[in-house]
Amino acid sequence: MNILNVIKVAILSLGRNKMRSFLTMLGIIIGVAAVIAMLAVGQGAKSAIQTQIQSLGTNMIIVFPSAVSQGGVSTGAGTSIKLTPEDAAAIANECPSVEYVSPVIHTSAQTIYKNMNWRTEIQAGNTNYFQIRNWTLQSGNFFNENDIKSDANVCLLGQTVVQNLFGTSVNPVGQLIRINNLPFKVIGVLNAKGQTAMGNDQDDIIIAPFTTVQTKMLGWTWVNVILASAQSSAAINDAEQQITEVLRSRHHLQTWEPNDFTVRTQTDIATAAESTSRVLTILLASIASVSLIVGGIGIMNIMLVSVTERTREIGIRMSIGARGKDILYQFLIEAIMLSLLGGLIGVLLGITASDLISSIAKWTTLISPESIILSFGFSGAVGVFFGFYPARKAAMLNPIDALRYE
Amino acid sequence: MESENSNDSIIKVENLVKVYKVGEIEIPAIRGVSLEVTRGEFVAIMGASGSGKSTFMNILGCLDVPTLGSYALEGTQISKLTRDQLAKIRNNKIGFVFQGFNLLSRTTAIENVELPLYYKRIGTKLRRELAMQALESVGLKDRAHHTPNQLSGGQQQRVAIARALATQPSLILADEPTGNLDSRTSVEIMEIFQKLNDNNITIVLVTHEKDIAEFAKRNVFFKDGRINLDMQVNPRKNANLVLESMPVNIEEEVV
Repeated sequence: MNILNVIKVAILSLGRNKMRSFLTMLGIIIGVAAVIAMLAVGQGAKSAIQTQIQSLGTNMIIVFPSAVSQGGVSTGAGTSIKLTPEDAAAIANECPSVEYVSPVIHTSAQTIYKNMNWRTEIQAGNTNYFQIRNWTLQSGNFFNENDIKSDANVCLLGQTVVQNLFGTSVNPVGQLIRINNLPFKVIGVLNAKGQTAMGNDQDDIIIAPFTTVQTKMLGWTWVNVILASAQSSAAINDAEQQITEVLRSRHHLQTWEPNDFTVRTQTDIATAAESTSRVLTILLASIASVSLIVGGIGIMNIMLVSVTERTREIGIRMSIGARGKDILYQFLIEAIMLSLLGGLIGVLLGITASDLISSIAKWTTLISPESIILSFGFSGAVGVFFGFYPARKAAMLNPIDALRYE
Repeated sequence: MESENSNDSIIKVENLVKVYKVGEIEIPAIRGVSLEVTRGEFVAIMGASGSGKSTFMNILGCLDVPTLGSYALEGTQISKLTRDQLAKIRNNKIGFVFQGFNLLSRTTAIENVELPLYYKRIGTKLRRELAMQALESVGLKDRAHHTPNQLSGGQQQRVAIARALATQPSLILADEPTGNLDSRTSVEIMEIFQKLNDNNITIVLVTHEKDIAEFAKRNVFFKDGRINLDMQVNPRKNANLVLESMPVNIEEEVV
């Protein structure tokens, strides 16, 4: 038996009922298109989250203090050892896998320019802060080592702050603003970063030298966190370990004592976010697969009708020597043709649909070859699964009963 | 024509019983039939409707299985075979001709004739060749690419005969082959059967028309599920001569 012949016979018999074949395929078409579109949305969301996490910084490592507990008694945040600029300097000197380090202080403050005012977040770091957080300049300059040493009253503004204090008509660079009643000179404007995955506006920010904020604004000797960046993404784990060792020895921790600080890498954040988006993708795809299964039931229904309609034909074929297997293949191939053809159209429709979603809803969509292979393969499997029962029913017919069927 | 040589036995039926079960009620269709048909015979099975002759025919054709008794086709015991083995026998050893022609509609004559060869796993080229030969032997070579609804009843039955002949079986079974045809066309079909029989093909046909049965060599009469008469036909009618005495059927030629 020639497989091409069977396929030819299947196409001919499907062609005899064009409308019916098309409507049957429609279930599969919609199912496959839905799976592809939903996977594209899910994967698009995933890649968008990855881009946003990348915008936090490159190979970033965050060190923040944690409350220590001794003998099961938590000593509380006030008694815990704070991170200091000296810790940051030690990390810079003693950790070979670390490229940049910056002590960071963040606080919120009221800012005033002429008759405008705006409450915003002050991030204070050293000159490395910009590289670690991937900040780029739109105009002006970053602050330099001299500004750090001399506690200079200089700052750089994020786009949101620029809009709220200056509007669009004034160039902020060179202007004086007041932060908590201290005058600061604007020396630069930062390029926009957009929102974080959590919806925070990253551009609602003012960046100033940490020495200035430490001494003139807050009177602190410690800092909130230490930001560092690893040499490469491969070096993140090494860097994490080196930082832990340096800080443990600087804080005089015995081997049995837990860390009084926490080191978090960007990989940790990315992993958390990815698992969220993976759940989302699986959820969307499984809802879409339900429609694929419904489509399969449609195929089964039509194949059962077809077997009943063609009972006499089956009888004739059997009377001249068709075996059960021949009849089984004939109907099974028909069902598979229906679902594969439906799958093919569904793939095209799915690609069109995800293009539409990304252009209308402005969502990032990403069609991976895997999702096409997956859904196309799944549609074929649906054809085999739901085509088998009707085909088997046809193959099991008694020749004489089939011949007599009216 | 009767031969004692068991190798030449095509059909050997002994004490065959067929009972149909409809719910709780058992309806006996054949109540013990024994019959032997040897190679080269032309047997017409006759009987009123309900006499069990069609049921008997279906069992002979391996489309149905007997309830009791034995049936050997060319020495092979049929009752022991699986579904697939029965299909193979229908394909290789038996050619079927039905009252209602039973051609696949929307399928050309040549494709219909090719069908048994297709199930015999014969390659495309040889298949077409053999099918064409079979169509030629029933005089329908020029209608090869017509579909059944473009053919007259007589032509459709000739296509069906060509299909039965395609795998060169040893036995042709015909169930009321002239039942749907007018008298001249019926004789034409019988002429083909007589010609095939002259070429040593064994034919068993079921009919309730005495005229048709007289073209066979042997007549077997069924009554209430039993054979009540088995006789040689003498004198036997020659379809060729009968046709000469009949008016030409004009419609037949127009189609």
